[in-house]
Amino acid sequence: MNKWEMVIGLEVHSELKTRSKIFCGCSTRFGSSPNSNICPVCLGLPGVLPVLNQKVLEFAIKAGLALNCRIAAHSKFDRKNYYYPDLPKNYQISQYDLPIAENGWLDVEVGDGIKRIGITRIHMEEDAGKLVHAGSTITSSSHSLVDYNRTGVPLIEIVSEPDLRSPEEARAYLEKLKAILEYIEVSDCKMEEGSLRCDANISLRRHGQTKFGIKTEIKNLTSFRAVQRGLEYEAGRQQTILDEGGVIEQETRSWDEEKGVTVLLRGKEHAHDYRYLPDPDLVPLEIDRQWVEELKKQLPELPSARKQRYIEQMGLSDYDAGVLTASRATADYFEQVLAAGASPKGAANWVTVELAGKLNQSGLTISQSPVPAAQLAQLLKLIDDRVISGKIAKDVFARMWQTGKEPEQIIREEGLTQISDDDSLRQMVEQVISQHPQTVADFHAGKEKAVGFLVGQIMKLSRGKANPEIVNRMLREKLLEG
Amino acid sequence: MTMPYYSIGEIHTLLVSRETSAEALCRDYLERIEKINPEINAYITTDPDGALNAARAVDRLLAAGEDLHPLAGVPAIIKDNICTRMLRTTCGSRILGQFVPPYSATVVERVNAVHGVILGKGNMDEFGMGSSNENSAFGPARNPWDPTRVTGGSSGGPAAAVAANIAVWGLGSDTGGSIRTPASFCGVVGMKPTYGRVSRYGLVAYASSLDQIGPFAASVEDVAIAMNCISGYDPADSTSARTSVPDFCAGLKKGVRGLKIGLPREYFGEGIRPEVSAAVMAAAAKLSDQGAECTEISLPHTEYALAAYYIIAPAEASSNLARYDGVSYGSRIDGDDIIAMSCKTRSRLFGMEVQRRIMLGTYVLSSGYYDAYYLRALKIRRLIKGDFDRAFASVDAIIAPVVPDVAFRIGEKTDDPLTMYMTDVCTIPVNMAGLPSLAIPCGLVDGLPVGLQIIGRPMAEAEILQIGHCAEQIIGFAGIANKTKAGAL
Ligand SMILES: [Zn+2]
Repeated sequence: MNKWEMVIGLEVHSELKTRSKIFCGCSTRFGSSPNSNICPVCLGLPGVLPVLNQKVLEFAIKAGLALNCRIAAHSKFDRKNYYYPDLPKNYQISQYDLPIAENGWLDVEVGDGIKRIGITRIHMEEDAGKLVHAGSTITSSSHSLVDYNRTGVPLIEIVSEPDLRSPEEARAYLEKLKAILEYIEVSDCKMEEGSLRCDANISLRRHGQTKFGIKTEIKNLTSFRAVQRGLEYEAGRQQTILDEGGVIEQETRSWDEEKGVTVLLRGKEHAHDYRYLPDPDLVPLEIDRQWVEELKKQLPELPSARKQRYIEQMGLSDYDAGVLTASRATADYFEQVLAAGASPKGAANWVTVELAGKLNQSGLTISQSPVPAAQLAQLLKLIDDRVISGKIAKDVFARMWQTGKEPEQIIREEGLTQISDDDSLRQMVEQVISQHPQTVADFHAGKEKAVGFLVGQIMKLSRGKANPEIVNRMLREKLLEG
Repeated sequence: MTMPYYSIGEIHTLLVSRETSAEALCRDYLERIEKINPEINAYITTDPDGALNAARAVDRLLAAGEDLHPLAGVPAIIKDNICTRMLRTTCGSRILGQFVPPYSATVVERVNAVHGVILGKGNMDEFGMGSSNENSAFGPARNPWDPTRVTGGSSGGPAAAVAANIAVWGLGSDTGGSIRTPASFCGVVGMKPTYGRVSRYGLVAYASSLDQIGPFAASVEDVAIAMNCISGYDPADSTSARTSVPDFCAGLKKGVRGLKIGLPREYFGEGIRPEVSAAVMAAAAKLSDQGAECTEISLPHTEYALAAYYIIAPAEASSNLARYDGVSYGSRIDGDDIIAMSCKTRSRLFGMEVQRRIMLGTYVLSSGYYDAYYLRALKIRRLIKGDFDRAFASVDAIIAPVVPDVAFRIGEKTDDPLTMYMTDVCTIPVNMAGLPSLAIPCGLVDGLPVGLQIIGRPMAEAEILQIGHCAEQIIGFAGIANKTKAGAL
């Protein structure tokens, strides 16, 4: 890639989590039995008319505000005409020249710095249905089935400027975008359920060149990993062509996850002419500025601001603050732990390491955590009060995870209280020193590691209940006494 | 059997006084349909069971001493592009030849709510595309005044049914004259309301920004009664107006004294048969005698309306009719794959005029042509609207011919679409401007009815009905009663 610079722009479709569809009252619930959330309107039966769901407009405006866009004063819906059997009207109600939001930006952390990625526009549209083919493709199948449940589910399409310069940047942008949409609670952004979908445009040009190269569009990127891999592959493919003196064809390609390649979907000559026209069934939108201001006030603290607050006011590391604020649910959980009395550093450590590990293992999201924030705060308080050691706390946490019991109950039932009284600890220190004369000698010879070994032995003797700090202090005193 | 041309009010009196029952009346009309419809072809589908059930319900209400809406028990015909639940709605097309909607249009719900009796579905040009009703997959409706002649279109069925007294009133739709033209050719009254006055929910779209449902009846008063029933805001139609609805019957008899009526010179010149102009002018003169002030006005962009219409309407139609692909409803012709199936379905089941307009519309919206055609047509549309706005600054209503000539012979213009399109030259500007217009008969030429239209300001249906009612009383039009051949049967 050294000779070539990648120019990448993303088109992200995000499903809005309204309860009903964009132009009718049908439920948007995912996973219902096929064709159960349908009505004449979303089926596009003759004579039906769409009526805009006000919530969709609200969510789209919120997304626009969160992405620093200018919200349109006048907007409208247009028909995007194309034939496909998952599209009951054979046109999609979308927005063409007057989208709801334009000219925004998103700050993305890339490498060591922050890069501002332009947002060209955000527009509202309706989703299509889902085709299930008896064979592999629509033309090779004996028949295909259509599920219209998803038809009319509201989407926003977020189009970025071609400001991204690597697959990593594209992925970072996408992750940040997802975090923001989740934060403002307009989308669940579940790529696996198709509630976040991404098409990527990529071209190469020589470093220093200002003119864009010919781009290709990659579709079917169904995960963050696929976005990164697909772009890496496509960049390589284009580079090979260009290095050999070839010319890139402007075309649409599809990412094949299994084979790890992009394949031609359609060439430029088959590009659609969508014959956009203003939808005469929907009245133009006049957006009330006051309403927009109200929605702006309702926006929650966004990830960047929250992260900055964690670093500046709580003294968290850039890394921890980043992990905690990557999803709103995690940050909310973290703040609940704080609200229940825990210190920021302890809470950050436990949420990002212990809790995250357990969630990961069991494939749960933080909102499904069997250990509520208040209980984690109790556990942290027990550590701070030296009732248990950090090490035992991990065991207690494991039991809390399994049983749902409160930490104090587990400690009581299992006799796990930390030994802090000096007499019993002094006895153990003396016992271990007398049992390991060679290690003691090593210590006096300057081997600092020897202390760790002896502390370990004491912890073992106490079955982990000894307070490691006190043990450490006592042991050093004893050793230096000689 | 002969059947007097009862007005809605007369039927209401007959029912309330128990001189006849709704069921007996309904049976009489069903019998007449069986006898007369084969010649007139006004109905594509009849619904005897549904009609009789509705009629019996009215009789039960009468027996229970309930108050009845004036339309209760009154037999009606609904144009076949207005959806009726569980009753076939074909749009005059083979592609929807077997289509039975699972829902009713808002207007149908309103008619049902007042216990109207729907006899069946009215013939029409396929998807409303036509001026003569000859573009129907179910054969042309025939003019009751002379069955060798067209009814006008596209709502030929309802107009002919009212003229032949095989329905007391009816609902049609008007995109470029589709209510007023057949009303004029068949000698009945038809109203195209202001765009947004009547809900379009359930009206199968032809050109959504122009389509509007409206009533047919034998008199202005009956049209006013029907307007009272069907008008008003509908949350299911975003383009329906939130304006309040007056009682359209209240001011009918107020006369025309002091009202200013404009006669646009562009509507009385070249292309309009002199006898037609003369009949309309004569009517205007009679209104002057009643105290109206008639003045000549100008609507200078009139000549561009037809061309602009044949860009805007097909553009919307090409998109509106895209859904008929054989995939999930309607008729289908199988093919080797999905593309072949849809192509065969559309090319074999849509008629020629529909295919012509889909192609026209697809062309004008194509990239590279959009600005030159569609956008320019929208500009013309604004100019036409501007013409009317200026005119209404100085007049209260505008009177003009509906059609340049009387009903022509079936087959006379089918080979020449452009001549056929000229039929709508006087009606199209009204749709382009979204205005209300009432067509009433004003005389006979060659023994065939001639109509005039009274165009009003937006939402001024009450005023044009008032003028129409006055005109109707003084014009001395021979009337349809016992004048049409079929009606005399
Ligand atoms: Zn629905």
